[in-house]
Amino acid sequence: MAEKPLPSLQTAATSPVPAAPSYVSAALRRALPVVGAVVALLILWEASKLAFGISDQRLPHLGAIVEAMLTRTQGGSGNILLVQTLLNAWATFRVALGGFLAGGLMGFALAAIFMGLPILERGLMPYVIGSQMVPILAIAPMVVVGFGRMGAPPWVAKVMVAAYLTFFPVTIGMLRGLRAPSPMSLDLMRSYAASPAQVFWRLRMPTSLPYLFTSLKVAASASVIGAIVAELPAGAREGIGVMILTSAQFYNSRPPALYIAILGAALVGVVFYGMVALAERLVVRDRAAEG
Amino acid sequence: MFPCSLYISVMRKETPVQMRKFLGLFAVIMMLGSALAACGGAPAAPAAPAAATEAAPAAAATPDKVTLQLKWVAQAQFAGYFAALEQGYYKDENLDVTIQNGGPDIVPEQVVASGQAQFGIDWMASLLATRETGAPLVNIAQVYTRAGMRALSWKESNITSPADFKGKKVAVWFGGNEYNLLATLSKYSINKDSDLTLVQQPFDMNLLLNKEVDAAAAMTYNELYQVLSAGHTIDELNILDYNAEGTAMPEDGIFVSADWLNADAKNKDIAARFLRASFKGWAYCRDNVDACVDYVLKQDSGGVMTKEAQKWQMDEVNKLIWGDPIDPNTKIGYLTPELFTFAADTALSFGVIKQAASPDAYTHEIWDMATK
Repeated sequence: MAEKPLPSLQTAATSPVPAAPSYVSAALRRALPVVGAVVALLILWEASKLAFGISDQRLPHLGAIVEAMLTRTQGGSGNILLVQTLLNAWATFRVALGGFLAGGLMGFALAAIFMGLPILERGLMPYVIGSQMVPILAIAPMVVVGFGRMGAPPWVAKVMVAAYLTFFPVTIGMLRGLRAPSPMSLDLMRSYAASPAQVFWRLRMPTSLPYLFTSLKVAASASVIGAIVAELPAGAREGIGVMILTSAQFYNSRPPALYIAILGAALVGVVFYGMVALAERLVVRDRAAEG
Repeated sequence: MFPCSLYISVMRKETPVQMRKFLGLFAVIMMLGSALAACGGAPAAPAAPAAATEAAPAAAATPDKVTLQLKWVAQAQFAGYFAALEQGYYKDENLDVTIQNGGPDIVPEQVVASGQAQFGIDWMASLLATRETGAPLVNIAQVYTRAGMRALSWKESNITSPADFKGKKVAVWFGGNEYNLLATLSKYSINKDSDLTLVQQPFDMNLLLNKEVDAAAAMTYNELYQVLSAGHTIDELNILDYNAEGTAMPEDGIFVSADWLNADAKNKDIAARFLRASFKGWAYCRDNVDACVDYVLKQDSGGVMTKEAQKWQMDEVNKLIWGDPIDPNTKIGYLTPELFTFAADTALSFGVIKQAASPDAYTHEIWDMATK
């Protein structure tokens, strides 16, 4: 699905833009800081190697990393490592997306329940917060073993770990958003004799959207972390977590591989974040325009 | 995906503003959801055994499905099992074997005890410790009869005998893999708390490479290669062999749960067939190192393993099974009672277990059936 551009992008790309030059220069202006930061980082990388004499064991040359990306995997019979990394990134992305959806729905439901029943919030919120204080590294194996005993396929446990990290920011942000309407707006709704359901769907929900999307952006990266962490105790065969594990094990004989795995992890996170940001634009854009 | 966006544009014309926004949000969620359903549903199937060279036996009974839980991710350490799978040896024994990767936090004993796998690979100390928690696990074959663990030190640290550990800084893998060192120290009457500094060793060799410690633990088939491929030669190292000291704990062995073994009369037969095919796989890897390395690399979906490292590992692992030099007449998988007694005594004296291990922790019955 990632290779098919979203419909809105399609229209943006195909619709003729009359003021093309200014459009292009604006795009350039926006791209410049991003490209500049990458170039600066690359220069810093090589310069610090030179200046501090950091060995190839600790920090391989950029050239070595690119070279490793282009070597064939599986002893020469497989894809090049770059392609294999993308395949693994895709495997992790799927789990993260599943966890994001499950966790997002869970967070949304919890927020709506807490909003309607403050007594439940007082009773349960400490546990919701407590759940996030336990390191995910400790939780993940338990979740995997638990679901394994129940006979669930391995991906269920991985998705649940990702969801576990996702639901919390959504609950908190959404709850905050649902409470955001001003007393004046609520009074107005009351004067219309709006039912609680109407207040919820017509006032609270729209007001909460900006909060929701802020939470979703946090949740997007959290679910990727959850997906990666869950791959390890799940004995997964593919995924960025598996790459990180094996490349760390063989680090001393092939340092660039670990950096490629880390780049793969970053890629998944950035793409995921970008998708949420794009969704935010599609959903919240009209709102801003309407004031 | 496309219908969703059409839906939005239709709704735009006639719905109230707020309603429309929610449909937008809903549509986005649906898009993500359908994307997941379309692309995420099918879990990648593990590589199927390719060897179908021999014609399937006509009207064969349905194969017995069993699962093998490895101690770590697929690497040449487990090549024999992958070879048995790929060469069709399991199939020949009418077994349908699934090999499950291990990893951090995966304890094969737990997996087997809970019935998620019938066979597991792990070290003896770990097996004895789990037995004490009440899980009736039984070693049915000791595949590695020699230990791959060594203590590496730089020549300049001048550790030529364990007695030289005194006053040195020594890295070791705690958490179940430290007993070779502890038994050795005890043999030389070195106090592990006061006579030297023990350091927790991570899973790479950087402590030794950066000379932050005098000595570090290493498996011949893995970490030794890591050190050498980081630009060092074997002449720069002193290598302490625990096998020579008589303080080497047994490493990779195959175990099952006694509950499973005795649950059904045919399970012993399944276990024996599993051993027979696995031993055949290991024999294949003894004679076909390159082919087995390829089988292992085929499992590496992460794509970061190298042929050189796995070749090294295969060669070293063969020595642990077949001896060095390789002796094809080795009784593969036979756990000598003396080795078990040493392991049990060591485990007891270093607190791995609280009570003396029962000889029920291993059996020769399956091995006898398999090698008859």
